[in-house]
Amino acid sequence: MTAVPALAVEDLSVEFRTRSGVVKALEHVSFAVGKGETLAIVGESGSGKSVTAYALMGILDPAGRITAGRAVLGGLDLISASASQLADVRGREIAMIFQNPRTALNPIRPVGRQIADVLMRHGNVPRVEAPARAVDLLRAVGITDPARRAKAYPFEMSGGMCQRVMIAIALAARPALLIADEPTTGLDVTTQAVIMDIIAELAGESGMATIFITHDLALAGQRADRVVVMHAGHVVENAATRALIARPSHPYTAELIAATPDSAASLDALASIPGSLPDLRRADLPPCRYSERCPRKVERCDAPLPRPALAEHFVACWNPL
Amino acid sequence: MTPLLDVAELSKRFPVAASGSTLKNLRRRFTRAADEQSQVHAVDDVSFTIAKGETVGLVGESGCGKSTLVRALTRLLDPTAGSIRFSTRDLSLVPARDFAKDRDRGRIQMVFQDAGESINPRFTAFDAIADPVRRLKHLSGLALVETVDKAARQCGLPTELLGRYPHQLSGGQRARVGIARAIAVEPELLVLDEPTAALDVSVQVVILKLLARLKTELGMSYLFVSHDLSVVRLLCDRVLVMYLGKIVEAGPARAVFDYPLHPYTRALVAAVPRLDGIGLAKLRLSGEPMSPIDPDPNVCRFYGRCPRGADICRTQMPPLRRAAEGREVACHFAAGGA
Amino acid sequence: MTALAGTVRHARYVIGENPVTGLAFALFVLIVFVALVGPYIVPIDPLASDTVEALKSPSLRHWFGTDQLGRDIFSRVVVATRLDFGIAVWSVVLVFVMGGLAGVAAGFFGGWIDRIVGRVADTIMAFPLFVLAMGIVAALGNTVTNIVIATAIVNFPLYARVARAEANVRREAGFVEAARLSGNGDVRILAFQILPNVFPILVVQMSLTMGYAILNAAGLSFIGLGVRPPDAEWGIMVAEGAAFMVSGEWWIAFFPGLALMVAVFCFNLLGDGLRDIVDPRRRT
Repeated sequence: MTAVPALAVEDLSVEFRTRSGVVKALEHVSFAVGKGETLAIVGESGSGKSVTAYALMGILDPAGRITAGRAVLGGLDLISASASQLADVRGREIAMIFQNPRTALNPIRPVGRQIADVLMRHGNVPRVEAPARAVDLLRAVGITDPARRAKAYPFEMSGGMCQRVMIAIALAARPALLIADEPTTGLDVTTQAVIMDIIAELAGESGMATIFITHDLALAGQRADRVVVMHAGHVVENAATRALIARPSHPYTAELIAATPDSAASLDALASIPGSLPDLRRADLPPCRYSERCPRKVERCDAPLPRPALAEHFVACWNPL
Repeated sequence: MTPLLDVAELSKRFPVAASGSTLKNLRRRFTRAADEQSQVHAVDDVSFTIAKGETVGLVGESGCGKSTLVRALTRLLDPTAGSIRFSTRDLSLVPARDFAKDRDRGRIQMVFQDAGESINPRFTAFDAIADPVRRLKHLSGLALVETVDKAARQCGLPTELLGRYPHQLSGGQRARVGIARAIAVEPELLVLDEPTAALDVSVQVVILKLLARLKTELGMSYLFVSHDLSVVRLLCDRVLVMYLGKIVEAGPARAVFDYPLHPYTRALVAAVPRLDGIGLAKLRLSGEPMSPIDPDPNVCRFYGRCPRGADICRTQMPPLRRAAEGREVACHFAAGGA
Repeated sequence: MTALAGTVRHARYVIGENPVTGLAFALFVLIVFVALVGPYIVPIDPLASDTVEALKSPSLRHWFGTDQLGRDIFSRVVVATRLDFGIAVWSVVLVFVMGGLAGVAAGFFGGWIDRIVGRVADTIMAFPLFVLAMGIVAALGNTVTNIVIATAIVNFPLYARVARAEANVRREAGFVEAARLSGNGDVRILAFQILPNVFPILVVQMSLTMGYAILNAAGLSFIGLGVRPPDAEWGIMVAEGAAFMVSGEWWIAFFPGLALMVAVFCFNLLGDGLRDIVDPRRRT
């Protein structure tokens, strides 16, 4: 891990108020990502991986509330920052790409113009130069015949191409941090490989930090420097990718690896994870939210968990593998 | 032995709204030349068989014609040409709109990709499973309840959940309802259209194991459509690789994924993320697939994206040819198990 | 939990969240009650004229005052509820059946049915709707039944289009394909898969157009078509009272106008509330 992280998240907690009670969506989430580093946040649905991203971007649902925590990016705490500070930081310092690129693009504006808009607003590019720079960016994300494609509307492009446009927009202002929320879910594997290549390449060139949110442990294993595994709003393990895949310490991480189809030679060898997520509205949630499904539960598991310190290999478990 | 399903030279073309100048459209209208109408070649001259008890995987990217092929096989759609022989009967002769009442309707069933979307939101789980039993097996009363209960039990769905509506069930439970509905009429061929695509890995494992168990218990054959090659590798005996309406490679699943012959299959396999991080080969497809509207019948569909792309590839369409070890490949440069 | 109990629970939640919807529901209940029992509870015969009492401003005896013939406006406004509400309900039910079925069939089958329904809707939409309604009543004859028919016809495109769009998206839905695989023919799919899912959306539409239907009926009466004096009807009463506005007898037109406004308001708000209740995405 680098000495000065691009983003350090400490003790982030988020609650959602719903009709049927308060959902403790995130609790004591901590991690850091260094300059030029790619961090993958992996988890199943309901793990809180997307909520983490939305909290960092300040775009939580109105029912959501950040109850504690800091997220420091270049000296600014994103959590306590004012709306105008955040608006300034978003797009310039942090950019985000979403799962459904087509819905995130303006359907009635040519893609080249949309990129030019961002360049003028956040990149200090003069109006006359913006269109040409937009074409350059389209070329950089591997779109063939960028000058012609710049005039195209989102509906005229495939999902893969829309995602490339989103990347071009996200990277227009050369942000220090890119948050990619399931950027390739719903795309074909061959397109996924190309998109991930583009992100990695552009991040490498500019020293940008990348937080990459996915449900696909194999994809994370292949593309990330570090992996944060989340379960029910907790970070259960945070380690360098190689170490995490080869020697998982948290029982949940181990189960997740064993359940990934790629890991098994036959269907019988594939392990299933017993139990299901606890109801996060419960008042009597155990300190370790995995303990009720855990085959390695010991008495100490009822004690509060070790706090996620920014250790090289952090495990939120009293009885790790 | 005759295969359970024998698909021969199947094609499905859709007419497209004419593009181009209005004048051209006008002339088209006047001359009424049917051959001038542009067509999307969704499925183009596809042949394959599925033996009894076999699991065949069908892989390919979105837009390659998988869904159209599946809908033609399950007789939701009429093919433009070709035959679909099931046991010994050619089902393509029965129009899709009449097939709902056909005696063979129950023998081919399907599990849909999005179980939530494929169950009527106003039906309970029981209603959803009972519908085909009522319509196709003509059961009612106690016999109906017993059949539904049995199908639910086989799919690991607790009977107390049968009174619930889809939005009151979890993703895994909905998937089980979708499967129970399909197997309740005891089909011989079950088409699985990306049955686990919307599920978390932990649930996916359970559903895949359930499917494998049901297959042996009920003696069904599977056509397993998926874009997830790691899953296809685990579940399927044989695999068909489709690209732009054509089958470009077919053969035993392990062999195809371990030693792909067609350049497209090679790129596909190389793109699959691997847990161990090994095999991140720099084998990337550039550009976009060619248009499926009126493609040149003499040009290989993969031409332009193919790293090889020789002259012969744009003057002669490579046919699906036999290769070693029961494999087939449609490439001028790959025959003979290279 | 049954679906009905769930809906009731959800309805209670929506109303609790949004007091305006609750108010609209309360008003709706009041309007229905008045329409049902109005004629039996009014203190004074709405048709009885009393020239001595003519043009009296609102008082304890005549809450809303009296008109030029000395008839009690409060009684007339209450009694008119049944007529106006009845016209609205029947026209909306008629268009619900006609437009709903035509639209669902058009959206589901496509082809020539779709073209015919589309053309009919376009033709109706080509006219200014109120003028068209006037023409229909003038041509068919000046009766309440014909107001109902005219109001239904001018609303036809709205229902047909909503039903068509909703049926069209569901035609390709997974559960429709699944029903085909289960051995259901077109008619059964239409009846058991498509209609039950389009129905609630049309119910919302019904509430929203009910206000318009009342306005339309009152408007027709206002210009002298449809309901004829001395029958009590909000539109006629506004028309009759309009002449007295300049001379300061504001209450003759004001109270029936207020009743009209409250009714239209109520149905529109109710429609918005119903939309929240019917939309399953708003449930958690």
